[in-house]
Amino acid sequence: MTETTYREALRSALEDAMASDPTILLIGEEVGVYGGAYGVTKGLLDRFGPERVIDAPISEPAIVGAAVGAAMTGSRPVAELMYVDFAGLVMDQLGNQAAKSRYMFGGQIAVPMVLRTQGGTGRSAAAQHSQSLEGWFLHTPGLRLAMPATVNDAYHLLRAALVQPDPVVFIEHKGLYTLKGPLDRDRPDADWGRALVRRPGRDLTIVTYSRMLHESLAAAEALAAQGIEAEVIDLRCLNPLDEAVPVASLRRTGRAMVVSEGVMTGGVAAELSARLQELCFDQLEEPILRIAGEDIPIPVSPDLERAAIPSAGLIAEAGLHLMRREVAAWAR
Amino acid sequence: MTGPETAAAPDAVARNTAPLERYRIMRRIRSFEERVGEMFLRGESAGSMLHLSIGEEGVVGVTDAMQEGDSFTTHHRGHGVFLARGADPARMLAEIGGRESGYCRGKGGSMHIADRALGHLGANAIVGGGIPHVVGAGLSYRNQGAGQVSVAFFGDGAMQQGILYEAMNMAALWRLPVVFCCINNQYGMGTRIDRASASVDFAARAAAFGLAGISTDGADVEVVHAAAQDIFAGARAGRPGFIEVSAYRFHGHARMDKSPYRTPEEEAEGRRRDPIANARARLMAEGLADEAALDRLDAEATAEMDRALESAVQATMPPLHAMFEDVYDPETPAPEPLRRRLARILNA
Repeated sequence: MTETTYREALRSALEDAMASDPTILLIGEEVGVYGGAYGVTKGLLDRFGPERVIDAPISEPAIVGAAVGAAMTGSRPVAELMYVDFAGLVMDQLGNQAAKSRYMFGGQIAVPMVLRTQGGTGRSAAAQHSQSLEGWFLHTPGLRLAMPATVNDAYHLLRAALVQPDPVVFIEHKGLYTLKGPLDRDRPDADWGRALVRRPGRDLTIVTYSRMLHESLAAAEALAAQGIEAEVIDLRCLNPLDEAVPVASLRRTGRAMVVSEGVMTGGVAAELSARLQELCFDQLEEPILRIAGEDIPIPVSPDLERAAIPSAGLIAEAGLHLMRREVAAWAR
Repeated sequence: MTGPETAAAPDAVARNTAPLERYRIMRRIRSFEERVGEMFLRGESAGSMLHLSIGEEGVVGVTDAMQEGDSFTTHHRGHGVFLARGADPARMLAEIGGRESGYCRGKGGSMHIADRALGHLGANAIVGGGIPHVVGAGLSYRNQGAGQVSVAFFGDGAMQQGILYEAMNMAALWRLPVVFCCINNQYGMGTRIDRASASVDFAARAAAFGLAGISTDGADVEVVHAAAQDIFAGARAGRPGFIEVSAYRFHGHARMDKSPYRTPEEEAEGRRRDPIANARARLMAEGLADEAALDRLDAEATAEMDRALESAVQATMPPLHAMFEDVYDPETPAPEPLRRRLARILNA
């Protein structure tokens, strides 16, 4: 067990995986000499050489397309999409090629690639560099989707992604790279595809993932001070999606909030809310609340940016409201 | 490569069997595509999105320059390329009919045939969609060091897609064992190439990226083949190349298209650029085969494709549960069918 950062845990995962699997290639913009726009691939070019750490031109569609072809022919590529916002450029290669090849070709041709990217707000990077687009990928059968929230998960989910037989979209959060926490290389928090109760509680259920885990934990702490015990569940992976853990929790608590940084309409929170409602209808005491991003592009000005996504304060207020309906600010 | 024993006099075989074999493959492609049209008319094809490569058989000059172990991707008009690379026409037609015995178990159809064993990494219905895959295959082959080449086959429509140029740049930049092959049949659906492309000098575009680029007359398969051999020799040595096979699409875009956007005179003129008729005349003129031998080859191709079609239409359709297979690796849980989920919800 060592204390390290989310960024360093990701780098270690790539390094350890590349050392044990010579078919792994990294391909992306600035992954080599520069060391990655957020420094995740620093040092890997020196250790593994230019045939395995490939600095690509600014051609996102062909970067992902090349990863698809490499995955079809015995390599295990990790394509880096510098910002998830560039997904619009690569959705054909990801959604029509990587995601569908196994199916269209009757199971003959697998595409075991990883698309590493990062999203989210927090750096005043504005509308084209701050989005949470996991909903786009979740809406595409054939793609696995992992979104680590902790240092240990950054390492272990990436190692797990690198042995998956199907294409994985692996979305890091730009606001978590400097997060410090324990890393135990020998012990994942849980298996790939399993949700985890990060904080137990009997009164209400918060279902979340990625950086919103930390806002949710802070909200749970604030609620505890008022005698409300919130159970906080980290999904870790959105595909495969573990329904069992949140369903078991909600059947106990009868109250739930789904917290996501992505915009509310048509998003991941909507999908999770619908599933929980279907499976826990008889146990529900209150409507399942979606605590999600406002339905707006992300603005650049820091106060506006912060207000565009859920915060611990908002989550806690909503939790109070669900339990007692006594939030002064929300009075009608 | 050896031709069938009955095909030509022994002295001709000894001299050069390859042109005769290329003729045989082209003839088989045309017979095959004619059976695809017949399958549609009989209501046995899965849908009408069937894109015939009749008139484009000169691409055999390119496929014949490939080696065992080379891989390729094709566009939606790729039946001929795959057949030339050794496909079983019965399994192809079964796939085109959505049958379980098809190459893709009836999940892909005409526009998504693939076969790992023959190096076919997939036919693609997104114009240009399969092109960058050969760049990735080229990276694999470069690192694996087995001397393989990966080839992207696409139409003139893809010459206007940006991803082609991203892929060309990468292939040249990284000196990958890759060949780009444009089968220029003059039409992107109903739009003639001069209405879609500001310049039609495609080899010059490739050359601008540092690729070895050449345009060939697809009406003469031997000309195509000679050029392709040079292109492939370069690619195998890390100098990626581009080859254009100019042709004329004899029929409409897909089965429902009667080509109202072009004149009968133009079609008649285009169909005079027939790679099969040309090859036939050349084989006889060079004494590589006589008319009777060629007629025999034609009859064999017809009979083979008739048998393949009958076998395909007799084949069974896939069971419904197969629709949930192959979305993910078979070792992982398949998607839950809606009826089962609804029952789980309503019975909870």
